[in-house]
Amino acid sequence: MTDMGLAVRSLEKSFGGVIAVNNLNFDLPVGQLLALIGPNGAGKSTSFNILNGQLKPTSGTVKFKGVELVGLSPKEIWRHGVGRTFQITATYASMTVCENVQMALLSYHRRLYSLLPIAARLYREEALALLEHVGMVDQENRPCSVLAYGDLKRVELAVALANNPTLLLMDEPTAGMAPKERIELMALTNKIVNERGISVLFTEHDMDVVFTHADRIIVLDRGTLVAEGTPEEVRNDEHVRRIYLGSHHA
Amino acid sequence: MGFYIVQFLTGLSSASALFLVASGLSIIFGVTRIVNFTHGSFYMLGAFIAYSLVGVLDGFFGFWISVILSAMAVGLIAVLMEMLILRRIYQAPELFQLVATFGPILIIQDLALDIWGPEDLFGASAPGMDGAITIMGTPMPEYDLALIALSAVVLGGLWLLFNKTRWGTLVRAATEDRDMISALGVNQKWLFTGVFFLGSFLAALGGAAQVPKGGASLIMDFEILAPIFVVVVIGGMGSIPGAFMAALLISELNVFGILVWPESTLVLMFLVMAVVLILRPWGLFGKPEAPGQHGQVGAPEQPYRPLSRKANTLFAAVLGLLLVLPVFASDFSLVLVMDMVVLSLFAASIHFLMGPGGMVSFGHAAYFGGGAYAVALITSHFELPMEVAFFMGPLGACALALLFGWFCVRRSGVYLAMLTLAFAQVAWSVVFQWGELTGGDDGIIGIWPSPWLGSKAAYYYFTLFFGVGGIMVLRRTLFTPFGYAMRACRDSALRSASIGIDVNRQQWLAFAFSGALAGLAGSLFVYSKGSIFPDEMSLARSFDGLIMVLLGGVKTLAGPVAGASAFTWLDDVISRLDYWRVILGSLIILIVLAFPQGIAGFFRERFGVWFGQETDT
Ligand SMILES: Nc1ncnc2c1ncn2[C@@H]1O[C@H](COP(=O)(O)OP(=O)(O)OP(=O)(O)O)[C@@H](O)[C@H]1O
Ligand SMILES: [Mg+2]
Repeated sequence: MTDMGLAVRSLEKSFGGVIAVNNLNFDLPVGQLLALIGPNGAGKSTSFNILNGQLKPTSGTVKFKGVELVGLSPKEIWRHGVGRTFQITATYASMTVCENVQMALLSYHRRLYSLLPIAARLYREEALALLEHVGMVDQENRPCSVLAYGDLKRVELAVALANNPTLLLMDEPTAGMAPKERIELMALTNKIVNERGISVLFTEHDMDVVFTHADRIIVLDRGTLVAEGTPEEVRNDEHVRRIYLGSHHA
Repeated sequence: MGFYIVQFLTGLSSASALFLVASGLSIIFGVTRIVNFTHGSFYMLGAFIAYSLVGVLDGFFGFWISVILSAMAVGLIAVLMEMLILRRIYQAPELFQLVATFGPILIIQDLALDIWGPEDLFGASAPGMDGAITIMGTPMPEYDLALIALSAVVLGGLWLLFNKTRWGTLVRAATEDRDMISALGVNQKWLFTGVFFLGSFLAALGGAAQVPKGGASLIMDFEILAPIFVVVVIGGMGSIPGAFMAALLISELNVFGILVWPESTLVLMFLVMAVVLILRPWGLFGKPEAPGQHGQVGAPEQPYRPLSRKANTLFAAVLGLLLVLPVFASDFSLVLVMDMVVLSLFAASIHFLMGPGGMVSFGHAAYFGGGAYAVALITSHFELPMEVAFFMGPLGACALALLFGWFCVRRSGVYLAMLTLAFAQVAWSVVFQWGELTGGDDGIIGIWPSPWLGSKAAYYYFTLFFGVGGIMVLRRTLFTPFGYAMRACRDSALRSASIGIDVNRQQWLAFAFSGALAGLAGSLFVYSKGSIFPDEMSLARSFDGLIMVLLGGVKTLAGPVAGASAFTWLDDVISRLDYWRVILGSLIILIVLAFPQGIAGFFRERFGVWFGQETDT
């Protein structure tokens, strides 16, 4: 049991009769890239939503750096250093790329209720530095509503990094991207993980991405954990082959 | 014992109209997602038409045939409106749909006035049911029992319709999942039209059946809106059993509440609604709405940029003109311009919340009027000098907005709008009915500014200072972190929560902020008129504000000012004409259909690039 990482124990979530997550247990040590894979409807996004406080689990515990996250609000969990990106990107369409990042910084610096300064002038340098990181600096002044999907995903990453997270939850970070972009984004994520020493939990349907970038993989099927291990182990797992054979997730 | 049974039955019978009208609204909303404000007018029309028919058709059967016929007639009128107006805007943003249904209210008001005259009409008692029976020694009017039977029949009929017929099953399927309609291979257009007929039929039935008890009058349309909104909010949007239970709950509370504490009924309604919403935020039988975006529909707004040089110059020029106006303008035009400034501030406060905030308030007059009443009450009860009392407007309105807003921001979209409306109507009724404190219908008069502001010109400058100042504060706030965070919550509540923004709290404070500035407008208003009446808190006033914003354009920051000025001027011109409601109503419909981007939006599209306010992408 790692004290500084993430420890999920006996996590359960049911929606009415549907059991979306069933007795989930796993650990994510600091500095690791852990992939959570599984077919559509396996319960991946639901697990993410529980981890960042958007959903309350039916039962179970989530310890992060020794702190119990279950029962905390998304805001409190974020304050504990958990950043997240969404399966369907969630950005501010009426703001520029830079303002999107500034928004997260305003929140980080507890300026959300300030009524005097001009928001667009605050933490601009910091925001640009983050955008530099994800390669979006040259589009800093464009409205988010006109960006290409791949670029939006990168903005989201910059936003998620704004509070110096120690755990990043990325729900399908490369969905909807061209193959070349996927490789770039994951290389970028790898770099950030190494530089900052943060842990990443991500879901992904692209097996190439998963097997190249994950340190470890856990496999979910209809809410239940069915396999766990290094990419090599998971690749050869009987159950995993059965789930993924025939149904090709590109 | 007999007394309590009769009292209970009386409650049941008065629940009847509420249930009929509210279930109609709910059915229409369930399928079309339109909150039809004209619903109240259909209720009123049902009563008027039945009143006339009953005069022609005699006897027991004649009476009930009249009731049914008038409901059918109104149903057909509603179908006409659906086909001519609503069909064109099912894809439009919610607000447009809501405002579009406001146009016909005005038109119907004028037509009803023309046909049936201004006097309240008293219905004759229903033939064959004008007696009373005795229950354990207490008399109970027969007609009340008939009303109870009527709602039982309708409830049963609706159950059969929705569970035993193909059409009913389709309607239910459409209510549960809108995307399914096209998959079912039904003609969606006619399904909507059919639903509209049914819902409006029920509204008119409620109105018609009410005639022997309450007659028909021109204020029925607005009067019914508040209670049915409360019923729908408590019962849960789209649920017929919910509408029934809530109507019953409210009516029983009324008849028993009156025994204990006669002035309490409205407060009770408020308390019940508050309690239900705390325990079950989606109403007794309602389902949680899908979480998603708050309010913003259509193409996203452009990012905010500071005013360009040219736009700044234009602003300075307008301000300069306003400053020298008293030199050459008559007192009469000064008053008109003051009204424009005050209402611009009011409209700007609505726009702040509705545009960038994504929270459509249908009851903002509560804060405008609330501010004005706060000033008037403080002045008349405590003899405070104007310089102090003036600030009670924004303060009082802010307090009210904090109270109401706490509940409202927990919901979004149409639900939030309904809630703001229900609360505002409760506030209005309290002012209207608590005569000892507020003067009721007679209002509070004799609230004048201090002597140094006694002249028209002096008060004009005072208005300009606080009015224009207030608008500038609202506008500047949009550029501050507080304003950005509010807009962030609108753009994506999901993203906001995941970067540590407490969405409810942020929206709650924004609600209060907007309320405070509406209250400032109320303060300015009360001293410029010297009096305040409940009308300034009414639904009609709230709608005026919405129309101003819509007229000016929702997606431009200059919109509310342009809209309010144009509206005030227009109102001044046409309110002297006969049939001004018909003209105004038609105009609203025309604007919604033809210029959805509003005046300022229109100019921005045409001349925005020249003003440097248009950012290309
Ligand atoms: N709010 C909800 N209400 C009811 N059921 C839900 C809800 N959210 C998810 N579910 C159900 O829970 C199960 C898991 O869904 P989830 O979104 O977690 O899957 P996923 O693994 O992320 O799938 P995908 O790969 O398609 O994103 C599904 O059966 C889904 O229908
Ligand atoms: Mg998912």
